[in-house]
Amino acid sequence: MGQLFAVEVIYRGVFQKTLAKNIARDIVLAAHNEGKLGISFGRYGDAPERNGIPAKSFAIVAGDEETLQAGMAQYEPKQVDLTVVLDDTLCKGAESWAWYGLKPVHDALKPGHTLIVVSLENPSTLLKTIHRREQPYKLGVVKGVTSFSGMWVFKDDHTDVRILGAIAKALPEVLSLQSVETFINEKLKSPLKVASARTAFDRFATIEVKAGEGNPEELFKFDLPRWEDMRSGVSIKGQPQGGPYADPVSGKVGGFRPARNELFKKYSTRTQRPVINFSTCTKCTLCWLNCPDASFDVTPDGTYDANLEACCGCGICEEVCPVKDCVHMVNESEFHGNDSQWVAFKKDQHTYLKWLESTIKKAEPIEKRAHGFRYRGQYEEQIPEALEVAKKS
Amino acid sequence: MATLTLRVEEKKKSIEQEALITGAEAIAIACKLANVDVVTAYPIRPYDTVMQYISQLVADGEMDCEYIVAEGEHSQFEIVKHASVCGARVFCGSSGVGWMYAMEALTVSPALRVPMVCMVGNRALDDPGAFGVEHNDALAVRDLGWLLTWVDSAQEALDVALIAYRVAEDRRMFVPLAISCDGAFLTHSQALVKIPSAEQVKKFLPAYNRGDLLLHPDNVISVAPQANEDWVMEIRRQNYAVTEIACDVIREVYEEFETTFGRKYGNPFFEEYMTEDADIVLLGMGTMSTPVKVAVRKLRQEGKKVGFVRLRWFRPFAGPEIAKCLERFKAIGVIDRDFSFGSPDLSGVVATEVRSAMYTGSATRPPVLDFICGLGGREVTVPDVELMAEIVFESAKGIVQPLTQWIGLRG
Repeated sequence: MGQLFAVEVIYRGVFQKTLAKNIARDIVLAAHNEGKLGISFGRYGDAPERNGIPAKSFAIVAGDEETLQAGMAQYEPKQVDLTVVLDDTLCKGAESWAWYGLKPVHDALKPGHTLIVVSLENPSTLLKTIHRREQPYKLGVVKGVTSFSGMWVFKDDHTDVRILGAIAKALPEVLSLQSVETFINEKLKSPLKVASARTAFDRFATIEVKAGEGNPEELFKFDLPRWEDMRSGVSIKGQPQGGPYADPVSGKVGGFRPARNELFKKYSTRTQRPVINFSTCTKCTLCWLNCPDASFDVTPDGTYDANLEACCGCGICEEVCPVKDCVHMVNESEFHGNDSQWVAFKKDQHTYLKWLESTIKKAEPIEKRAHGFRYRGQYEEQIPEALEVAKKS
Repeated sequence: MATLTLRVEEKKKSIEQEALITGAEAIAIACKLANVDVVTAYPIRPYDTVMQYISQLVADGEMDCEYIVAEGEHSQFEIVKHASVCGARVFCGSSGVGWMYAMEALTVSPALRVPMVCMVGNRALDDPGAFGVEHNDALAVRDLGWLLTWVDSAQEALDVALIAYRVAEDRRMFVPLAISCDGAFLTHSQALVKIPSAEQVKKFLPAYNRGDLLLHPDNVISVAPQANEDWVMEIRRQNYAVTEIACDVIREVYEEFETTFGRKYGNPFFEEYMTEDADIVLLGMGTMSTPVKVAVRKLRQEGKKVGFVRLRWFRPFAGPEIAKCLERFKAIGVIDRDFSFGSPDLSGVVATEVRSAMYTGSATRPPVLDFICGLGGREVTVPDVELMAEIVFESAKGIVQPLTQWIGLRG
C-alpha cells in the first residue's frame, strides 16, 4: 500500500464554510496534477450553517486507488499530516456542534507535523492559547486578517491560495508549488493568485514546538456512558435553578448565577467577547434580558457579569446596552482564559479599569465588525486592507 | 343504545354487565373504565367509530377526559405523545392512510418511551381509496418499537384494551401499543360483550406513573434533544431491551387479567383451534378467524384433520413459541390479509415472519405456504378456506406447491 495523506481544515461555521470547502477541494485538485488521487469532505457531525461553530473539512490524498480507499474507510481521519486553522481564535479549542467535547486544534496532528494558523499574531503569542501536548510539532503562521464571508458568498482575498502555498512548503509530499501553480492557472485562471501562492510559499516558516510547550490549561474530560447507565426516553436531567453567590472580597452573598451544564461549554464558538465596565453600568438589565444564552450572572452588586464559559460572543449585549463605554466586544484572541471580569474588578478596580481602557482600544467600531457583509461595496473596501497585511508580512 | 344500557345498569356497579356493542364501542368503554385522561381524534373510517363513541360518553357525562379534535392525524398523535410525557393516560387511533399521515409522530414515540395506546381500525391503504380491511397500515410500524396486537371479537377488544394499558404503562416497557381491529368485521358489527365493573378495572389497572421521566416543573428534564452517532446506538439498544422482556411482561399481565376478571385467554400470543391431532394448520390474524373456524369444523366433519392458529401478538413476535407450536404439523398455510411486495418468495408479512421463526426455532421445518387473501375488505369465504386447506394437505403429502398464492382473486 502506498502513502496516505490527510489534511484537516478547522474553520468557523458559516462564516468560513465556503473557504474551507474550497481549500480542501483545491488540495485534492492540485495533488491530482501530480497523478495523485483524493477526496475532500466536510465533517458530517458538524453543523457548519451555525454562527461561529468550529467545524472541519478534510482532504485525503493517496498515490493509488487502494490506499485512498483505506483512507476513505474511516469516518474521518483519526490522524492528519497537516492541520490548517482558518481563524486564530479557534486555537482555544474546537468543539463540534454535534459535540465530541472540546478538543485542542492539534488533536489529530501526527507528531512532528505542521499546524498552520491564519493570524496576525506571532507563533509565540499563539502558543499561549494553543494547548500543550506530549508530542512535538511545527507551528507556522500565514499572516492575514481572518477571512470571514458568509454562507453563499466567497471572499476572494487570496486566503485560499496562500494556504495552498504554505501547504506546498510544509508538506511537499502531498503537493508541490508547481502543482499549486498549475491548478491556479488552469482552474482559477488568476496570475495574481499564482503570485500570492508563490509569496506565501516563500515566506512560510515554522517554529519547532517542544513537547509540553503551550497553554497548560487542562481541557475538561468526560466518559460516554454505557447504554444501561443512560436515562431512558431520550431525556436529559435538567439543570438546578442556581442561586446567589459570594463577593470575592467582601464575602457578601447576593445576586443570581444560573446553574449551567458542566460539560457543555459554549465559548469555542466565540470570536469576540464582551468587556464590561462595571463602574458605568446602570443596572438596567438589558444585557441580561437579551442574552440568548443566559450567560450573564447577576452579581451581588446588581451589575451583570458575562460568564465567559457560557458566552458565545454574539454581541447582542453590546448592541442593547444604552450606556456609552459600558460593554465592548473585543477580538477573542486578545484574551487567555475565561476568568470572571467582575472578580478582577472587585479585587482591584484601579488595575481593572486601566486594563479595560487598553483593551477596549482594540475593539473595532461595531459597524466594521460584521461576520460577512453589511452593506454593498464593503467587500471591495476590505480587499486592499487584507492585501496590505499580506504584503507587510 | 349500548351506552344507554350501561347507564341503566350502572347502579349495580361491582357486577359485570352485558351489552350488545361493536368492537369500536368496546374499546371506547375500555377507555372509560381505564379512566383515560386525554383523547385525541380525527375522523377516518373505520377508526372514527371509536371517537364517536368516546365523544358520546363525554357528552353524556359518563367519561371525564380532555377530548381534543386535532386538525390531522399527525397532530392527533403528537398531542397524545406530549400529554403522555406529562403524565396523562392517553388514547388515540386512526386507520389506513390516516395512520400513515401520523407516521413521523409514530416513529418518535417508542424512543421517547411513550406508552400511548391506540386503536388501528385496519383499512386498505390508498390508492384506490377503499374502506375495507387490510393489515398493512398497522404493520408499517412493525420495526419501530411499537407493540402490535390483533383482536377478533368485541370482547377481546375490550379486554385487550385494558391489558394494553397495563402492558404499555409498565415501567419496564413504556412503549406505544396499537390494537388492530379489522374494519367493518369488528369495528362495525355488534356482539354481546361482558363489561367489567369500574372497581374490577381499578384493581387491575394501577395509575400511570411516569416516575423520573415525567415532564413537570418539579422534575426538570429535557426530552428529545438532537444527538449524534455517539448516542444513537445506545438509545436503540434501550428499545431493544424492551423487546427482550416484552413477552414475559405480556404473559404476566394476562395472568393478572385472568385472576381479576376470570376470563381466560390461555396463551396470550396465539390461539389454537382444533390443533390437537391436526395434520395441517392454517394461521392468520384478526376476524378471518370466523370463516376459518367454520371451514375447519366443516373439514373435520369430512374427516380432514385441520386446525387453526390465530396470531394475537405480532410485536413482540413470540418466535420460539410459535415455531415450537407449528413444527408438529406436516404443513402450514399462512393467510395474509396484507402484502409485502418484493419480499422473499413474494409472500405476505406474516408468512415471512413465520418462516423466519421456523428457520431458527424448529427442528423439522415443515413447508410454510402463503395465501394472500381478503385484501381491501374482500370476504374470506368458507370455500376460500377449504381451498387453502386442500392446497396445504397436498403439500403435506409431499406434492410441491407454489409458496405464495392469491386466493379469492378474479382471473
